Amino acid sequence: MPQDTTSATLTVRVRRGKESGTWQEFEVPHRESQTVLDVVTWIQRNLDPTLSYRFACRVGMCGSCAMTVNGKPRWTCRTHVSRVAEGGAIEIAPLRNMPVIKDLACDMTEFFQKWQRAEARFNGKSDRTEPLPKIDPASPARVAASAGIECINCAVCYSACDVVAWKPDYLGPAALNRAWTLINDERDVSRKERLVAVASGAGCHSCHSQGSCTVHCPTGLNPSQSIAGLKKETMKALLKGELG
Amino acid sequence: MISAWMYILQRASALVMGPFVIVHLGLIIYAMRGGLSAGEILSRTQGEIGWAAFYALFVVAAAIHAPIGLRNVLAEMAGLRGRGIDIALGLFALFLLVAGLRAVIAVTLP
Repeated sequence: MPQDTTSATLTVRVRRGKESGTWQEFEVPHRESQTVLDVVTWIQRNLDPTLSYRFACRVGMCGSCAMTVNGKPRWTCRTHVSRVAEGGAIEIAPLRNMPVIKDLACDMTEFFQKWQRAEARFNGKSDRTEPLPKIDPASPARVAASAGIECINCAVCYSACDVVAWKPDYLGPAALNRAWTLINDERDVSRKERLVAVASGAGCHSCHSQGSCTVHCPTGLNPSQSIAGLKKETMKALLKGELG
Repeated sequence: MISAWMYILQRASALVMGPFVIVHLGLIIYAMRGGLSAGEILSRTQGEIGWAAFYALFVVAAAIHAPIGLRNVLAEMAGLRGRGIDIALGLFALFLLVAGLRAVIAVTLP
Protein backbone atom coordinates (compact mmCIF):
# COMPACT_ATOMS: atom_id res chain seq x y z
CA MET A 1 0.00 0.00 0.00
CA PRO A 2 1.53 3.35 -1.01
CA GLN A 3 2.22 5.72 1.88
CA ASP A 4 2.46 9.44 1.28
CA THR A 5 2.17 11.88 4.12
CA THR A 6 4.94 14.29 3.18
CA SER A 7 3.54 16.41 0.34
CA ALA A 8 1.99 19.70 1.46
CA THR A 9 -0.08 19.81 -1.70
CA LEU A 10 -1.87 17.07 -3.55
CA THR A 11 -2.16 16.94 -7.29
CA VAL A 12 -5.66 15.65 -7.96
CA ARG A 13 -6.82 14.58 -11.40
CA VAL A 14 -10.60 14.44 -11.60
CA ARG A 15 -12.71 12.97 -14.38
CA ARG A 16 -15.17 15.59 -15.63
CA GLY A 17 -18.17 15.42 -17.95
CA LYS A 18 -20.04 12.33 -19.09
CA GLU A 19 -18.90 9.09 -20.77
CA SER A 20 -16.52 10.91 -23.12
CA GLY A 21 -15.22 13.14 -20.37
CA THR A 22 -11.87 14.80 -19.83
CA TRP A 23 -9.41 14.96 -16.94
CA GLN A 24 -9.06 18.15 -14.93
CA GLU A 25 -6.19 18.78 -12.56
CA PHE A 26 -6.49 20.53 -9.20
CA GLU A 27 -4.01 21.41 -6.46
CA VAL A 28 -5.45 20.61 -3.04
CA PRO A 29 -3.84 21.16 0.40
CA HIS A 30 -2.84 17.87 1.97
CA ARG A 31 -4.06 17.54 5.56
CA GLU A 32 -3.67 14.91 8.19
CA SER A 33 -6.36 12.19 8.24
CA GLN A 34 -7.79 13.61 5.03
CA THR A 35 -10.12 11.31 3.10
CA VAL A 36 -10.64 11.19 -0.64
CA LEU A 37 -14.18 12.50 -0.05
CA ASP A 38 -12.66 15.46 1.85
CA VAL A 39 -10.54 16.19 -1.21
CA VAL A 40 -13.51 16.12 -3.59
CA THR A 41 -15.54 18.31 -1.22
CA TRP A 42 -12.65 20.78 -0.89
CA ILE A 43 -12.42 21.08 -4.67
CA GLN A 44 -16.16 21.71 -4.99
CA ARG A 45 -16.24 24.29 -2.20
CA ASN A 46 -13.04 26.13 -3.03
CA LEU A 47 -12.12 25.62 -6.68
CA ASP A 48 -15.05 24.52 -8.81
CA PRO A 49 -18.64 24.53 -7.51
CA THR A 50 -19.84 22.78 -10.68
CA LEU A 51 -18.10 19.51 -9.69
CA SER A 52 -20.80 16.83 -9.26
CA TYR A 53 -20.49 13.88 -6.90
CA ARG A 54 -22.66 11.91 -4.51
CA PHE A 55 -22.32 11.41 -0.77
CA ALA A 56 -24.52 11.29 2.31
CA CYS A 57 -23.37 9.88 5.66
CA ARG A 58 -19.56 10.39 5.44
CA VAL A 59 -19.02 7.52 7.88
CA GLY A 60 -19.13 4.40 5.69
CA MET A 61 -22.75 3.45 6.25
CA CYS A 62 -24.79 4.72 3.32
CA GLY A 63 -22.79 3.46 0.34
CA SER A 64 -23.25 6.69 -1.65
CA CYS A 65 -19.74 8.01 -2.16
CA ALA A 66 -17.94 5.18 -3.97
CA MET A 67 -15.61 6.29 -6.78
CA THR A 68 -12.66 4.96 -8.69
CA VAL A 69 -9.51 6.13 -6.92
CA ASN A 70 -6.19 5.51 -8.67
CA GLY A 71 -7.89 2.86 -10.79
CA LYS A 72 -9.58 0.98 -7.96
CA PRO A 73 -13.17 1.24 -6.73
CA ARG A 74 -13.30 2.52 -3.16
CA TRP A 75 -15.61 4.09 -0.59
CA THR A 76 -14.13 7.57 -0.57
CA CYS A 77 -15.36 8.65 2.87
CA ARG A 78 -13.30 5.92 4.53
CA THR A 79 -10.31 6.01 2.19
CA HIS A 80 -7.47 8.07 3.62
CA VAL A 81 -5.47 10.02 1.07
CA SER A 82 -2.26 8.98 2.82
CA ARG A 83 -3.02 5.34 1.98
CA VAL A 84 -3.73 5.81 -1.73
CA ALA A 85 -1.73 8.83 -2.94
CA GLU A 86 1.18 7.94 -5.18
CA GLY A 87 3.90 10.56 -5.32
CA GLY A 88 1.55 13.21 -3.95
CA ALA A 89 -1.03 12.56 -6.65
CA ILE A 90 -4.43 10.90 -6.81
CA GLU A 91 -6.74 10.27 -9.71
CA ILE A 92 -10.51 10.22 -9.09
CA ALA A 93 -13.07 8.91 -11.57
CA PRO A 94 -16.65 7.65 -11.36
CA LEU A 95 -17.32 3.94 -10.76
CA ARG A 96 -17.20 1.84 -13.91
CA ASN A 97 -19.92 -0.48 -15.27
CA MET A 98 -22.57 2.22 -14.80
CA PRO A 99 -23.52 5.18 -17.00
CA VAL A 100 -22.02 8.48 -15.85
CA ILE A 101 -24.57 11.19 -15.08
CA LYS A 102 -21.94 13.89 -14.66
CA ASP A 103 -18.39 14.04 -13.33
CA LEU A 104 -18.16 11.57 -10.41
CA ALA A 105 -21.85 10.69 -10.11
CA CYS A 106 -23.07 7.63 -11.95
CA ASP A 107 -26.54 6.31 -12.63
CA MET A 108 -27.19 3.36 -10.30
CA THR A 109 -30.69 2.56 -11.63
CA GLU A 110 -29.64 -0.63 -13.43
CA PHE A 111 -27.56 -1.74 -10.43
CA PHE A 112 -30.61 -1.57 -8.16
CA GLN A 113 -32.98 -3.03 -10.78
CA LYS A 114 -30.75 -6.09 -10.85
CA TRP A 115 -31.44 -6.60 -7.14
CA GLN A 116 -35.12 -6.87 -8.05
CA ARG A 117 -34.36 -9.20 -10.96
CA ALA A 118 -32.39 -11.46 -8.60
CA GLU A 119 -35.41 -11.56 -6.22
CA ALA A 120 -33.04 -10.00 -3.72
CA ARG A 121 -35.80 -8.69 -1.47
CA PHE A 122 -37.22 -10.20 1.70
CA ASN A 123 -40.61 -11.88 1.46
CA GLY A 124 -41.77 -12.87 4.92
CA LYS A 125 -44.49 -15.26 5.93
CA SER A 126 -45.79 -13.43 8.99
CA ASP A 127 -47.01 -9.90 9.63
CA ARG A 128 -46.10 -7.52 12.44
CA THR A 129 -48.91 -8.69 14.70
CA GLU A 130 -47.41 -12.16 15.02
CA PRO A 131 -44.63 -12.96 17.50
CA LEU A 132 -41.06 -12.74 16.22
CA PRO A 133 -39.74 -16.09 15.00
CA LYS A 134 -36.94 -17.61 17.07
CA ILE A 135 -33.80 -17.99 14.95
CA ASP A 136 -30.79 -19.86 16.28
CA PRO A 137 -27.87 -17.51 15.58
CA ALA A 138 -25.50 -20.52 15.49
CA SER A 139 -27.46 -22.48 12.88
CA PRO A 140 -25.45 -23.00 9.64
CA ALA A 141 -28.05 -21.16 7.54
CA ARG A 142 -28.08 -18.13 9.84
CA VAL A 143 -24.27 -18.08 10.00
CA ALA A 144 -24.17 -18.08 6.17
CA ALA A 145 -26.79 -15.31 6.01
CA SER A 146 -25.07 -13.20 8.65
CA ALA A 147 -21.73 -13.45 6.83
CA GLY A 148 -23.11 -11.49 3.89
CA ILE A 149 -25.67 -9.24 5.51
CA GLU A 150 -23.67 -6.04 6.06
CA CYS A 151 -23.76 -4.88 2.44
CA ILE A 152 -24.12 -1.09 2.13
CA ASN A 153 -25.13 -1.15 -1.58
CA CYS A 154 -22.13 0.98 -2.58
CA ALA A 155 -21.63 -0.83 -5.93
CA VAL A 156 -17.86 -1.12 -5.38
CA CYS A 157 -18.05 -4.88 -6.09
CA TYR A 158 -20.22 -4.25 -9.16
CA SER A 159 -17.67 -1.75 -10.46
CA ALA A 160 -14.79 -4.14 -9.75
CA CYS A 161 -16.44 -7.07 -11.56
CA ASP A 162 -15.05 -7.89 -15.00
CA VAL A 163 -18.01 -10.15 -15.80
CA VAL A 164 -20.37 -7.15 -15.49
CA ALA A 165 -18.09 -5.30 -17.92
CA TRP A 166 -18.15 -8.20 -20.40
CA LYS A 167 -21.76 -9.21 -19.98
CA PRO A 168 -23.85 -6.14 -19.09
CA ASP A 169 -26.98 -8.09 -18.10
CA TYR A 170 -25.07 -10.12 -15.46
CA LEU A 171 -26.82 -9.55 -12.12
CA GLY A 172 -23.53 -8.81 -10.38
CA PRO A 173 -21.99 -9.68 -7.00
CA ALA A 174 -24.07 -7.36 -4.79
CA ALA A 175 -27.49 -8.59 -5.95
CA LEU A 176 -26.36 -12.23 -5.87
CA ASN A 177 -24.82 -11.82 -2.41
CA ARG A 178 -28.13 -10.43 -1.13
CA ALA A 179 -30.02 -13.29 -2.81
CA TRP A 180 -27.71 -15.74 -0.98
CA THR A 181 -28.42 -14.18 2.42
CA LEU A 182 -32.16 -14.52 1.73
CA ILE A 183 -31.83 -18.13 0.56
CA ASN A 184 -30.39 -18.78 4.03
CA ASP A 185 -33.04 -16.74 5.85
CA GLU A 186 -35.52 -19.22 7.27
CA ARG A 187 -38.19 -16.50 7.64
CA ASP A 188 -38.25 -15.92 3.86
CA VAL A 189 -40.77 -17.74 1.66
CA SER A 190 -39.44 -17.09 -1.89
CA ARG A 191 -36.64 -19.66 -2.06
CA LYS A 192 -37.78 -21.30 -5.29
CA GLU A 193 -38.51 -18.03 -7.15
CA ARG A 194 -35.12 -16.72 -6.06
CA LEU A 195 -33.24 -19.84 -7.15
CA VAL A 196 -34.98 -19.63 -10.55
CA ALA A 197 -34.03 -15.95 -10.82
CA VAL A 198 -30.35 -16.48 -9.96
CA ALA A 199 -30.09 -19.55 -12.25
CA SER A 200 -31.03 -17.45 -15.30
CA GLY A 201 -28.56 -16.78 -18.11
CA ALA A 202 -27.50 -13.55 -16.38
CA GLY A 203 -27.25 -15.17 -12.97
CA CYS A 204 -24.73 -16.86 -10.70
CA HIS A 205 -23.39 -19.30 -13.31
CA SER A 206 -21.83 -16.41 -15.25
CA CYS A 207 -19.42 -15.71 -12.37
CA HIS A 208 -15.79 -16.62 -13.15
CA SER A 209 -14.82 -16.70 -9.46
CA GLN A 210 -12.10 -14.12 -10.08
CA GLY A 211 -12.81 -12.60 -6.68
CA SER A 212 -12.45 -8.89 -7.53
CA CYS A 213 -15.68 -8.25 -5.62
CA THR A 214 -14.26 -9.82 -2.50
CA VAL A 215 -10.90 -8.05 -2.82
CA HIS A 216 -12.53 -4.62 -3.13
CA CYS A 217 -15.57 -4.92 -0.84
CA PRO A 218 -15.07 -2.09 1.68
CA THR A 219 -17.01 -3.90 4.41
CA GLY A 220 -15.01 -7.10 3.99
CA LEU A 221 -17.82 -9.27 2.64
CA ASN A 222 -17.16 -12.25 0.40
CA PRO A 223 -19.63 -12.14 -2.52
CA SER A 224 -17.55 -14.78 -4.36
CA GLN A 225 -18.37 -17.26 -1.61
CA SER A 226 -22.04 -16.29 -1.69
CA ILE A 227 -22.16 -16.84 -5.46
CA ALA A 228 -20.43 -20.21 -5.04
CA GLY A 229 -23.15 -21.07 -2.53
CA LEU A 230 -25.83 -20.08 -5.04
CA LYS A 231 -24.19 -22.21 -7.75
CA LYS A 232 -24.27 -25.20 -5.40
CA GLU A 233 -27.87 -24.64 -4.26
CA THR A 234 -29.22 -24.06 -7.80
CA MET A 235 -27.40 -27.16 -9.03
CA LYS A 236 -28.86 -29.30 -6.25
CA ALA A 237 -32.36 -27.90 -6.84
CA LEU A 238 -32.06 -28.38 -10.60
CA LEU A 239 -30.92 -32.01 -10.31
CA LYS A 240 -33.77 -32.69 -7.88
CA GLY A 241 -36.21 -31.19 -10.41
CA GLU A 242 -37.28 -28.47 -7.97
CA LEU A 243 -36.84 -25.57 -10.37
CA GLY A 244 -38.97 -27.05 -13.17
CA MET B 1 -32.75 -22.92 -16.80
CA ILE B 2 -30.89 -23.79 -20.01
CA SER B 3 -27.81 -21.85 -18.96
CA ALA B 4 -27.81 -23.59 -15.56
CA TRP B 5 -27.96 -26.96 -17.30
CA MET B 6 -25.14 -25.90 -19.60
CA TYR B 7 -23.10 -24.95 -16.52
CA ILE B 8 -23.65 -28.43 -15.08
CA LEU B 9 -22.90 -30.17 -18.37
CA GLN B 10 -19.70 -28.19 -18.86
CA ARG B 11 -18.44 -29.03 -15.36
CA ALA B 12 -19.45 -32.69 -15.69
CA SER B 13 -17.75 -33.02 -19.09
CA ALA B 14 -14.61 -31.35 -17.67
CA LEU B 15 -14.65 -33.88 -14.84
CA VAL B 16 -14.72 -36.70 -17.38
CA MET B 17 -12.06 -35.16 -19.62
CA GLY B 18 -9.53 -34.42 -16.85
CA PRO B 19 -8.28 -38.00 -16.36
CA PHE B 20 -8.88 -38.79 -20.03
CA VAL B 21 -6.49 -36.04 -21.14
CA ILE B 22 -3.79 -37.41 -18.81
CA VAL B 23 -4.21 -40.96 -20.19
CA HIS B 24 -4.29 -39.63 -23.75
CA LEU B 25 -1.09 -37.60 -23.29
CA GLY B 26 0.60 -40.55 -21.61
CA LEU B 27 -0.40 -42.72 -24.54
CA ILE B 28 1.03 -40.26 -27.07
CA ILE B 29 4.35 -40.10 -25.18
CA TYR B 30 4.46 -43.91 -24.91
CA ALA B 31 3.75 -44.39 -28.63
CA MET B 32 6.22 -41.73 -29.80
CA ARG B 33 9.08 -42.65 -27.45
CA GLY B 34 8.55 -46.32 -28.21
CA GLY B 35 8.87 -45.44 -31.89
CA LEU B 36 5.68 -47.25 -32.84
CA SER B 37 4.69 -47.03 -36.51
CA ALA B 38 1.12 -46.23 -37.60
CA GLY B 39 0.64 -49.87 -38.47
CA GLU B 40 1.87 -51.01 -35.06
CA ILE B 41 -0.48 -48.55 -33.33
CA LEU B 42 -3.45 -49.73 -35.41
CA SER B 43 -2.63 -53.36 -34.68
CA ARG B 44 -2.92 -52.53 -30.97
CA THR B 45 -6.15 -50.51 -31.23
CA GLN B 46 -8.21 -52.31 -33.87
CA GLY B 47 -10.79 -54.58 -32.33
CA GLU B 48 -10.10 -53.23 -28.85
CA ILE B 49 -13.47 -52.40 -27.30
CA GLY B 50 -11.78 -50.73 -24.31
CA TRP B 51 -9.98 -48.14 -26.46
CA ALA B 52 -13.14 -47.63 -28.53
CA ALA B 53 -15.19 -46.90 -25.39
CA PHE B 54 -12.46 -44.68 -23.90
CA TYR B 55 -12.12 -42.46 -26.98
CA ALA B 56 -15.86 -42.46 -27.78
CA LEU B 57 -16.61 -41.11 -24.30
CA PHE B 58 -13.75 -38.62 -24.70
CA VAL B 59 -15.26 -37.38 -27.98
CA VAL B 60 -18.75 -37.05 -26.46
CA ALA B 61 -17.35 -35.08 -23.49
CA ALA B 62 -15.34 -32.78 -25.80
CA ALA B 63 -18.35 -32.22 -28.07
CA ILE B 64 -20.37 -31.09 -25.03
CA HIS B 65 -17.59 -29.09 -23.33
CA ALA B 66 -16.08 -27.08 -26.18
CA PRO B 67 -19.21 -25.46 -27.67
CA ILE B 68 -20.47 -24.37 -24.22
CA GLY B 69 -17.11 -22.77 -23.43
CA LEU B 70 -16.99 -21.16 -26.85
CA ARG B 71 -20.52 -19.81 -26.31
CA ASN B 72 -19.35 -18.04 -23.12
CA VAL B 73 -16.20 -16.72 -24.79
CA LEU B 74 -18.14 -15.34 -27.77
CA ALA B 75 -20.75 -13.72 -25.51
CA GLU B 76 -18.26 -12.14 -23.12
CA MET B 77 -15.36 -11.26 -25.39
CA ALA B 78 -17.12 -10.45 -28.68
CA GLY B 79 -20.66 -9.65 -27.55
CA LEU B 80 -21.98 -12.35 -29.90
CA ARG B 81 -25.16 -13.89 -28.50
CA GLY B 82 -28.53 -15.08 -29.66
CA ARG B 83 -30.30 -17.79 -31.58
CA GLY B 84 -28.02 -17.66 -34.63
CA ILE B 85 -24.93 -18.18 -32.48
CA ASP B 86 -26.61 -21.00 -30.54
CA ILE B 87 -27.54 -22.78 -33.80
CA ALA B 88 -23.99 -22.36 -35.14
CA LEU B 89 -22.56 -23.78 -31.90
CA GLY B 90 -25.03 -26.65 -32.01
CA LEU B 91 -23.76 -27.48 -35.48
CA PHE B 92 -20.19 -27.18 -34.20
CA ALA B 93 -21.02 -29.69 -31.42
CA LEU B 94 -22.46 -32.03 -34.02
CA PHE B 95 -19.35 -31.66 -36.18
CA LEU B 96 -17.06 -32.50 -33.22
CA LEU B 97 -19.20 -35.51 -32.39
CA VAL B 98 -19.36 -36.88 -35.95
CA ALA B 99 -15.71 -36.16 -36.84
CA GLY B 100 -14.50 -37.54 -33.50
CA LEU B 101 -16.57 -40.72 -33.58
CA ARG B 102 -15.57 -41.26 -37.21
CA ALA B 103 -11.92 -41.17 -36.15
CA VAL B 104 -12.60 -43.53 -33.22
CA ILE B 105 -14.30 -46.00 -35.56
CA ALA B 106 -11.43 -45.74 -38.07
CA VAL B 107 -8.83 -46.56 -35.41
CA THR B 108 -10.67 -49.21 -33.40
CA LEU B 109 -12.86 -51.07 -35.92
CA PRO B 110 -11.38 -54.56 -36.49
